[in-house]
Amino acid sequence: MSAASSSASDKRAPSEALLSIRKVEKQFAKRPVLRGISLEVASGEFLTILGESGSGKTTLLRLIAGFEQLDGGEIWMGGERLDEIPAYRRQVNTVFQSYAIFPHLSVFDNVAYGLRAKLVPRNEIPARVTQALAMVKMSEFERSAPSRLSGGQQQRVALARALVNRPRVLLLDEPLSALDANLRRQMQIELKSLQREVGITFIFVTHDQEEAMALSDRIALLRAGRLEQVAEPREIYGCPKTAYAAQFIGQTNLLRAEVREGTASTGAISWPSSGPPGPATFSLRPESIRLASSAQPAASSGATAHFQGQIKNQTFGGAMDLLEIDCGNSYVIRARVPSPGALTGQQKFEFNASDAVRVLESSDT
Amino acid sequence: MYSRAYKSAVTIPPLLWVTFFLMAPYAILFCYSFWSVSPLQTIVHNWNLQNYAQLFRNPLYLTVLLRSIRIAGAVTLLALLLGYPLAYYLSFHAAKRKDLLYQLVIIPLWASYLVRGYAWKTILGSDGVLNGFLQYLHITHRPVEFFLYSPFAVILTLTHIYTPFTFLPIYASLEHVPRNLVEASHDLGASPFSTFLRVILPLSLPGILAGATFAFVLTLGDFLAPLLVGGPSGIMISNIVVSLFGAAYNWPLGAAISFCMLLLVVTLLFATERLEKRFTIS
Repeated sequence: MSAASSSASDKRAPSEALLSIRKVEKQFAKRPVLRGISLEVASGEFLTILGESGSGKTTLLRLIAGFEQLDGGEIWMGGERLDEIPAYRRQVNTVFQSYAIFPHLSVFDNVAYGLRAKLVPRNEIPARVTQALAMVKMSEFERSAPSRLSGGQQQRVALARALVNRPRVLLLDEPLSALDANLRRQMQIELKSLQREVGITFIFVTHDQEEAMALSDRIALLRAGRLEQVAEPREIYGCPKTAYAAQFIGQTNLLRAEVREGTASTGAISWPSSGPPGPATFSLRPESIRLASSAQPAASSGATAHFQGQIKNQTFGGAMDLLEIDCGNSYVIRARVPSPGALTGQQKFEFNASDAVRVLESSDT
Repeated sequence: MYSRAYKSAVTIPPLLWVTFFLMAPYAILFCYSFWSVSPLQTIVHNWNLQNYAQLFRNPLYLTVLLRSIRIAGAVTLLALLLGYPLAYYLSFHAAKRKDLLYQLVIIPLWASYLVRGYAWKTILGSDGVLNGFLQYLHITHRPVEFFLYSPFAVILTLTHIYTPFTFLPIYASLEHVPRNLVEASHDLGASPFSTFLRVILPLSLPGILAGATFAFVLTLGDFLAPLLVGGPSGIMISNIVVSLFGAAYNWPLGAAISFCMLLLVVTLLFATERLEKRFTIS
């Protein structure tokens, strides 16, 4: 995906970049895991590396941390070649997925570990540890043994242990995946406000697209070792570059259409499209589709597309219902509409033509 | 869950075994230690504490006991110094050679103790391999006598024999050190050496303790190595027990010494087990 990666570097001027990942390659047992990753991360940014398991997202994080060696490319941080420095000299800290809290040390000693390792003056340590623990609301557990802490509490200690070192970049490897749903949502909010408070660059790895959208300034979508798209959450949701991005981030309808003379058509549905003629794929979010009110059909401007279909399935979802619409020949479109009450039979629908976003078909090559 | 018959079937045989082959002999041993030998070389069942008193009155026994403890201490130290680096290398750096090296450490355990004892006799003796080699190189001009039949020979032989016993628990404890803790330590700015001191070593303490206990207790009770390579200056406490039960025909005194040793070892095992539990982190 050279198009995606170049657009990533276009987004921010190089002078602004704190971390610069350039054409990074990584193989395990000759199997490529990362293939030419280029990515710039700005100072103070919350960047999420999003991808399915096996997409290489954790490997990328481990390369930045220094736990793995590059097979190609370079990583720079603030004008310094990062990938040639051993992990223990990098101004980067990691929050591990499994927390990796030292079991033989108290909470205080865990948090003080990095300060002691870096020979921070002895008299500074207690104040900094206390402050870091206060930041994650764990002050009362200072003297506790880690084995007495719950998963969520260990998570907070891991966060304090990393942040107390004031790293230039904080790496978070699926830190919330082991927490239950409620705690997870709460930690998401805390994490985001913590990041704003400390102003440290966060690189957050997750496979959860909702989490990515909720937290990030930008999302880097990784797929099979390549960057699919790097963009702000709204942009990647509203204007996905590829069919994969459209499907991975949120739900969508992929419309495989033929564009001819300014009109795209799937057969069942047609709408105005200005793109180049020929076959094309469009992403149409379910919530972009509305029930066409039969009372005022004339309201349609040139930018509105209409279609009709049989209600195949209606799932009640409180405020919004999910409809499965059969547009004939088993061509099924999903729509999310404000709960209209029970619908049956043939119905008319409409959407703004601009909401059908032209995307690239998967380029697995 | 299990039937009563099944439960008895599995618990009674070991219970009987322990009773008849462990507790009963120890009880008999305990009784013997309060009896004495008549001038006519028969055992008299008059209960007294003479044997225990003699243990502390006769300097021979205390000297040999202290020597045994010193030898056991030296063997323990050497076995740790050899076993730990080996276990560390195998666990953290051996990668593909791990299995092969592990087997190489284990294989000597299959060779008979006696064979290994005699091997050292052959190596260390006046006409032995080591002396021959040193003379061939003109480093020495006549055989060096103190190689064999000395505490040195005993320490060397027992270190060779018991290092695998020290290696195994250390290796097991190192294998249990979560690797992400090592990464976390590097991540927090600790150098590899500092990581070893602050994370790996503390977490392998239970293994070190178990290994040290093995080497110490097994050496303390050893009588074959001193017999084969120790000579008069390399005599250990078990050799005295053996002779008291044999040629000297003083079973009561032998029993008293044995019982003191047993007490020493059990106390030691109890103490190290408590320590191990303290250092083991769930």
